[in-house]
Amino acid sequence: MAAKIITITSGKGGVGKTTATANLSVALADLGQKVVCIDSDIGLRNLDVVLGLENRIVYDLVDVIEGRCRIRQAMIKDKRFDELFLIPAAQTRDKSAVSPSDMIALCEQIENEFDWILIDSPAGIERGFKNAIAPANSVIVITNPDVSAVRDADRIIGIVEAEEKGPARLIINRINPELIRRGDMLDAEDILDLLAINLVGIVPEDETVIMSTNVGKPVATEEKSKAGQAFRNIARRLMGDEVPLMDLDLKEGIFQKISKIFNTGGK
Amino acid sequence: MQKFPIKGFDEGVLITLGEGDWNNIQSDLLSQIDNESTFFSKAKIALDIGERDLGAAQISKLRDLLLDREIKLFAILSSSKKTESNASTLGLSTRTSLMQKKESKLGAAIMDGEPGIFIKKTIRSGTGIDFDGHVIVYGDLNPGAEIKCTGSVFIWGKLRGKVHAGMPGALDAVICAMQFDPIQVRIANYELKNNKLLRKLRKKPVKISVEKDNLVLDYWDS
Repeated sequence: MAAKIITITSGKGGVGKTTATANLSVALADLGQKVVCIDSDIGLRNLDVVLGLENRIVYDLVDVIEGRCRIRQAMIKDKRFDELFLIPAAQTRDKSAVSPSDMIALCEQIENEFDWILIDSPAGIERGFKNAIAPANSVIVITNPDVSAVRDADRIIGIVEAEEKGPARLIINRINPELIRRGDMLDAEDILDLLAINLVGIVPEDETVIMSTNVGKPVATEEKSKAGQAFRNIARRLMGDEVPLMDLDLKEGIFQKISKIFNTGGK
Repeated sequence: MQKFPIKGFDEGVLITLGEGDWNNIQSDLLSQIDNESTFFSKAKIALDIGERDLGAAQISKLRDLLLDREIKLFAILSSSKKTESNASTLGLSTRTSLMQKKESKLGAAIMDGEPGIFIKKTIRSGTGIDFDGHVIVYGDLNPGAEIKCTGSVFIWGKLRGKVHAGMPGALDAVICAMQFDPIQVRIANYELKNNKLLRKLRKKPVKISVEKDNLVLDYWDS
């Protein structure tokens, strides 16, 4: 069976591509899936750090492509899951070391051995991004609830459509229910109204994400983390399960809903 | 014997065929190709056959004759509807399908008298439409997307991007949108200023036209 190849991208930097890739990989592995994640952000690699595998890197993506090692040698097995592997990016090279056809050839070599190949895309819409989406058979766009991240997501969705990889699906990351309640943040509805693509999940702002990133332990492994729960739910949705969206509203009762209507109506 | 003009373009070689009996045209074309066989070797060609009606059998016969010479016929351009539909049944590209490809899958249509383009999708950030004629969008125009044209603009959806209609100085151009929430709107040399009425009509159906050196904004209830 050929793996599902998903590229996770955003256009804008810092919205959570790497965090999402790491957590979805972990969550899928936790569901018993065979997963390999590929860091295609050559020169600015991070996925190894987030997964806590930095000190095990011997060979990287560019070594495989330039024939210095076999693909198996560059695949680092995760500490927690036997069926989760990482192919790290090269840190001392840049995006021009890899071409879209290299990425396609690489994925073809391993797609029969895995259920999922998740590719972490670099920010931007240039060569690195083109490399990342070339082998994909679907694309997940991740955005934050702010105007510039949503604008970039819209651009990316347009490019993904033009490259015939569409329709892309959407993850909204770092939703802060408190700010939305005060009307200071775009809510999921505003974002979906503009982007008009399918939503696979909403991840709340959660300080445990930063803490767990720093220690190389993705939040999806932490039972109590809200963001971790959100990523586990997304993984289940990718598997085809119907999982309702988490209720992020702290305590929005009927009173708040009414006052929200009045607030927006008066603008 | 006729010699037909040849032009290179992105996808291959375009040969424009002349008038006359089809059998003669076909044999003239083949002998022209045989005479310049090195040039045509393994070429991909498109044929412009004018307004002639061709049946599917005629097209497929020519395609096979070309294939014998290792030449791939990939497109038939014709103003005849019948020829175009026969060509597309055979899996060949036509003017319509090539235009669609060129304009990144935007369908092009020539309307009565004046040129227009019909875009059946949402125009996303980073896309610029620059067109000599009218533009009709069945979808939204998102922030970061832009339409510039010499005619009028109709957005059958939400106008949230930038529109410049009636370029450079067509004062009879109008802009209509089902939901109006623009970044910037111009007709000819006039720019829509932010004012009370604009704020009131935000996200409403709206029509904009030029009257006496000013842009006039109206609620669009037909």
